Amino acid sequence: MIDTAGPKAPPSPRLLSRPDRPTLTRAVVITALLLLALFALPPLMNGYYTDTMTQVAIYSIVTLGLGLLVGRVGLYSLGQLAVLIIGAWTGARLLFGTGQPFILVAIEAGLVTMIIGSLITLPALRMRGLYLALITLMLAGGVIVVEATLNFPNGGGGFSGYNGSTVHIPSIRRPSFAGTDPAYYRFSVIVAIVMFLLVFAHLRTRPGRAWAAIRQSEPSALAAGINTTFYKLWAMALASFVTGVAGALLAGADRYLYSINFPIQNSIELLAVVLMGGVFSLTGAVIAAFLQAFLPSALYQLWGVPDDWLIILFGVGVMQVLVTAPGGLADQFPKDMRRLYGLISMLWRRPAGAHHAGAPASGGSALSGTASGTKGGDAT
Amino acid sequence: MIEVTDLTVRYGGVTSLDGMNLHFDSGVCGLIGPNGAGKTTFFNVLSGFVRPASGSVTAFGDDLLRMAHYRRARWGIRRTFQTEQAISALSVYDNVAMIHSALRGSARRADVLAAIEFVGGGISPSARVGSLTAGQRRLVEVARAVTGKPRLVLLDEPAAGLPDTETEHLTGVIKNIPEHTGALTILVDHDMSLVSAVCGTTAVLDFGKLIASGPTAQVLRDENVMRAYLGTAEVI
Repeated sequence: MIDTAGPKAPPSPRLLSRPDRPTLTRAVVITALLLLALFALPPLMNGYYTDTMTQVAIYSIVTLGLGLLVGRVGLYSLGQLAVLIIGAWTGARLLFGTGQPFILVAIEAGLVTMIIGSLITLPALRMRGLYLALITLMLAGGVIVVEATLNFPNGGGGFSGYNGSTVHIPSIRRPSFAGTDPAYYRFSVIVAIVMFLLVFAHLRTRPGRAWAAIRQSEPSALAAGINTTFYKLWAMALASFVTGVAGALLAGADRYLYSINFPIQNSIELLAVVLMGGVFSLTGAVIAAFLQAFLPSALYQLWGVPDDWLIILFGVGVMQVLVTAPGGLADQFPKDMRRLYGLISMLWRRPAGAHHAGAPASGGSALSGTASGTKGGDAT
Repeated sequence: MIEVTDLTVRYGGVTSLDGMNLHFDSGVCGLIGPNGAGKTTFFNVLSGFVRPASGSVTAFGDDLLRMAHYRRARWGIRRTFQTEQAISALSVYDNVAMIHSALRGSARRADVLAAIEFVGGGISPSARVGSLTAGQRRLVEVARAVTGKPRLVLLDEPAAGLPDTETEHLTGVIKNIPEHTGALTILVDHDMSLVSAVCGTTAVLDFGKLIASGPTAQVLRDENVMRAYLGTAEVI
């Protein structure tokens, strides 16, 4: 008997969501990469790269939040730097002011940031596109001005937690189990994984479907009974929460926070790297974090290239994304690789004399690689 | 049952609906008229996208205009658009299940699958909408319109751009909507063969005013209607 399945069951959506092979492959690859990042990488890295990779882990949470806003709901926010500053400030203040465990502080920083972020963007949610970008950029500017006046907490008293002294400044504390740099790096990666899982869970359930509907067409989403303002606010709240958590992590990573480390141009840079990484997938957020936090450090360390050059490179990159690759690197790179593979296998087979068998087959695979990726879809 | 009284919509200086009165009872009802007559504006008023300057709309005893637009889907308004709006990133099932309804759990699942089966076209619930043909995507939109206990189904040119065979299939589907769901169905279309095939009653709009209403065959022979379509005279 070959047929062991018995009578065909009616199609059920539970069965439909059973992972297919590409999903499984992807899960295996992601797990392997994460294990590599957690266990194989730390002993290999010197202090400089440990710091850099910690920044990558933290910024991947920031780009995750921004990618969610841009790719899922179509909210082009330039204010995520402000949200990150609020998170870092709140985290630092709580770490100095209370003896609470670090993880609890990170969650609280996320919640405070979520409330502030949602409240100040609530009026902006009525806008789209250019106007939302402008409003959020002004918000970022405003927060930076306030922050420069208030300063980041450095163990002083009062609300601001700042004192003007330049000596004996205590550093921002870290969790007891992650005091060293490699341990803090691992801790950051784990927090990033949790944040990615949180967003992933949202994408796979009702809010994710509502966001997909809003991205496709707002009138149609409304006609389907989706309270679009509510779900956009939800996206904003979620993005603010994860960014706030990232802020607290950043406070612990840097140990001393200065407003000079948060220039407003980073607001624009963040949107640029998120677009380049790819806004329709979670992988894109990781790529964006590497562009934002790893590339400048590596270029400077290896060749002494000042990171101002990156602004130009990012400008070209964004242009390229807008014109030819709306799915960003996360979407484009696998496509290019498949095309390259098709090309190489064609060249490989030709000398073997399999002209009519080999060439069309590999040509076909290159073509199908192109066709399957034309819609910058929902790759997660 | 839907009762529209003195409905007026203005966009700046343009009066899109000009004291429109309309009464539809049940079944599939047609709403026709030349381009710019106000048909889609009327749908937009029902969906809540456009706030009328005056007038009232009562459907099955409820005042529609007082409801928040996103609540109207829960009340039972379903609608398709002139341009296709099925969500290409989601599966057929998720597209249809998107409609927020009172149903939950297995009842909801059964209802969604029934809606997909109702529209036919050999569409698998697990297929991604982006991979379907244009005709199938239209059917997915119709499936979205018949799921979750609809009371008022609005179809805005559902057959636009479809080849004859698919229009024929769609005709059969639309004809069966009232029987399948019990909803009052309003069809806006320029395809008169479709309108006469499915609509028992038809109303004609011109310059935002109702100029004729009644049994479809009779309305289509009406002199005012012909004149409105040929654009030869202003109807008083």
